Amino acid sequence: MTLDTITRLPLRAHLAFGTVLLFVAAGVLGPLLAPFDPTRTSPQDRLSPPGSTLSDGTTAWLGTDQVGQDLLAEVLAGMRTSLTVAVVTVLIGGGVGLLLGLLAGYFGGWSDGIISRVGDIQLAFPSLLLAILLAGVLGPSMVNVIIALAVTRWVIFARVVRGSALAVRDREFVHSARVMGASPARIMLYYILPSCLPPLLVAATVQVGLTMVAEASLSFLGLGVPTTQASWGSTIAQGRDYLASAWWIAAVPGLALALVVVAIGILGDLLRDASDPMTELS
Amino acid sequence: MPDEPLLELVDLVTTYRLRRAEVHAVAGVSLSVGAGETVGLVGESGCGKSTIARTIVGLVKPSAGQVLFEGRDLATLPARELRRLRQEIQLVFQDPYASLNPRMTVAALLKEAWRIHPGIVPRRDWDAEVRDLLARVGLRPEHADRYPHQFSGGQRQRISIARALTVRPRLIVCDEAVSALDVSVRAQILNLLQELQRDLGVAYLFISHDLGVVHHLCDRVAVMYLGKIAEIGPKAEIYQRPAHPYTQALLSAAPAVDDWRDVDRAEIVLTGDVPSPLAPPSGCRFRTRCFKAEDRCATEEPALLDRGGGHPVACHFANSTTVPATPH
Repeated sequence: MTLDTITRLPLRAHLAFGTVLLFVAAGVLGPLLAPFDPTRTSPQDRLSPPGSTLSDGTTAWLGTDQVGQDLLAEVLAGMRTSLTVAVVTVLIGGGVGLLLGLLAGYFGGWSDGIISRVGDIQLAFPSLLLAILLAGVLGPSMVNVIIALAVTRWVIFARVVRGSALAVRDREFVHSARVMGASPARIMLYYILPSCLPPLLVAATVQVGLTMVAEASLSFLGLGVPTTQASWGSTIAQGRDYLASAWWIAAVPGLALALVVVAIGILGDLLRDASDPMTELS
Repeated sequence: MPDEPLLELVDLVTTYRLRRAEVHAVAGVSLSVGAGETVGLVGESGCGKSTIARTIVGLVKPSAGQVLFEGRDLATLPARELRRLRQEIQLVFQDPYASLNPRMTVAALLKEAWRIHPGIVPRRDWDAEVRDLLARVGLRPEHADRYPHQFSGGQRQRISIARALTVRPRLIVCDEAVSALDVSVRAQILNLLQELQRDLGVAYLFISHDLGVVHHLCDRVAVMYLGKIAEIGPKAEIYQRPAHPYTQALLSAAPAVDDWRDVDRAEIVLTGDVPSPLAPPSGCRFRTRCFKAEDRCATEEPALLDRGGGHPVACHFANSTTVPATPH
C-alpha cells in the first residue's frame, strides 16, 4: 500500500485504525505505565471518582473501584487479557476452520457432509451458551477460555473457507494442475488456499472484535479468566453493584470494549471492501 | 497406423449422475490414436467430445469400458504407475483465460510439473529449460516473469501448450484448443502444433467443432453424435466420401473455404434439436433428425461397421444414395 492510497482512505478508516492501534499499544505497554496488582488494595481510596488524588499522591484519572484499585491500571491489564484471548482464539479457531473448510470444500462428498453437519449442529446452539457450558466444565483459566471460544468460532471460519474453496475447485486451472499430476495437498496449498485467504482475513478481523465481547461475557459471568487476572468483563460485573454510586467502575471498561469492538468492525468492513474489486473505497 | 496404438478407448462409457437420472455423456466409444498421429474428434456441442477428453486425462472416471495407454488399462494400474503414466497424456483446455493459475508467473507455471515430478528436469536446468520451452512455443525469455493476465489469448494458449510440454507427453489432448482464438491467431497455434509434432513426435487427439481446423490438422477423423461415434476414417475419405448422413449434413453446412467443397453437394439442413442425452432415441440416435430414417432405424441400433465404403459407419443406409429432399 503506497502513502498515496493511505492518505486517500476515508476518515473512518483512519479513526478506526488509530483506535485499534492505540488499544493494542496500551495493552502491550500498559503494565509498564500503570502496573496492576490484583492483591493490593487501598480501602481509603475506594470508589474515588475519575481525576481524584489518591492517598499516595498519585492521580486516578479514571477513578478507583470498590477496593481502591486504580481503574486505569485495571482497564489496561484487562485490555491485555482481552487482546490475548481474542487473537489466540481467532488464530486457533481460524486455523482449524481453515483446514476443515479446505477439506470440506475441496473434497466435498462425505468429508464435506460430516464437517458441515457438525458445524450446522453447533450453530444451532447460541455460541455463547456453548462457551458457557465449556468454560463451566473446564474451569476458569485463560487457556480454558481460549479453548471454549475457539470451539465456538471454528465453524464460522470453516464456512467462509469452504465457500471460497467450492468456488475455486472447479476452475479450469485447478483441473489443469490435476492433469499435471499434482497431489490434493499441493492443489489445496497452492491453488485453493490463496483464493480463500482474503475472505478469511475479513472474517478473522470481525471475529477478533466479537471474541473480545464473548470473553468479557464469560468473565462477567465469572466463567472467564481467574480473578487474579484483570478482565473487562469481571470489572463490569463488580461495577454493577455500584452503578448508582460509582458509575465509572462499569462504564470505563464498557466504553473501552465498545470503542475497540466498533473500531475493529469498521476495519473488517474496510478490508472486505478492499478485497472485493467491485467496490470502490469511498 | 502403427500396430499398437498409443491410446485406445474400448467401449468407453462415461456417466454423469444428476439428481434423479444418469446421463451417458459418452455411450460406448471405441477409438484409437497411434504414436505421432493426429486424430480429430468432431461433433456438435454437448455430444460428449469434452467428456471423452476429461475421461482420458483422468478428471472423470469412466463408468464402463477401458482407457488403454500403450495397451495398459489406466483403471487397473497402481496409483504410483498411474501418476507416472499421467505425464504421458496432457490436456490443453479451450479457455486459455481460465486454465492458467492467475497467481503464478509463467516460469512458475512451467516449473510446476518439475516440482510435482522430480526427475524430469534437474533443478539446475530449470531456468534454461523454461527459456527453451518459451522459445519453442514462440514466446520471449523475458515473458517468464510475467503473469497470465499480461498476455493475449493466443499467447496464453502458447503458455498452456508449453506447460503441457513440460512433462514430455506423448499424447496431447486438445479440447477445443483453438476455438476461443481469433482466426489469425488460430492459424499460428495450429502451425505451432504441427511444428511440435514434427519435432517431438507427439500425438494429438484434437477435439473441435470446426471442420476446417480438423481438416487442416488431422490424419484421421471421428464424427460424434450424442455420445457415440457416427463415422470414423482417414481424413480424405471422411471429407470426400462421407457415408453417414450426419457427416454429410455437417460437411454441407460448413462454410466453403476448403478443398473438400470442390465436390459439389446439395446443402443438407437438419431439422429439430439434438435430443436430450437423458433420453436418447431408440435404435439409431440420429434417426430423429435424419433424412434417410426408416422404420428399421427406430428398432435396430446400427453398429459401427465398414459397410463397403472403406471405413466404419454407424448407419444402416450408409450406401444408399438417397438425396435428401431439400426443404428450400
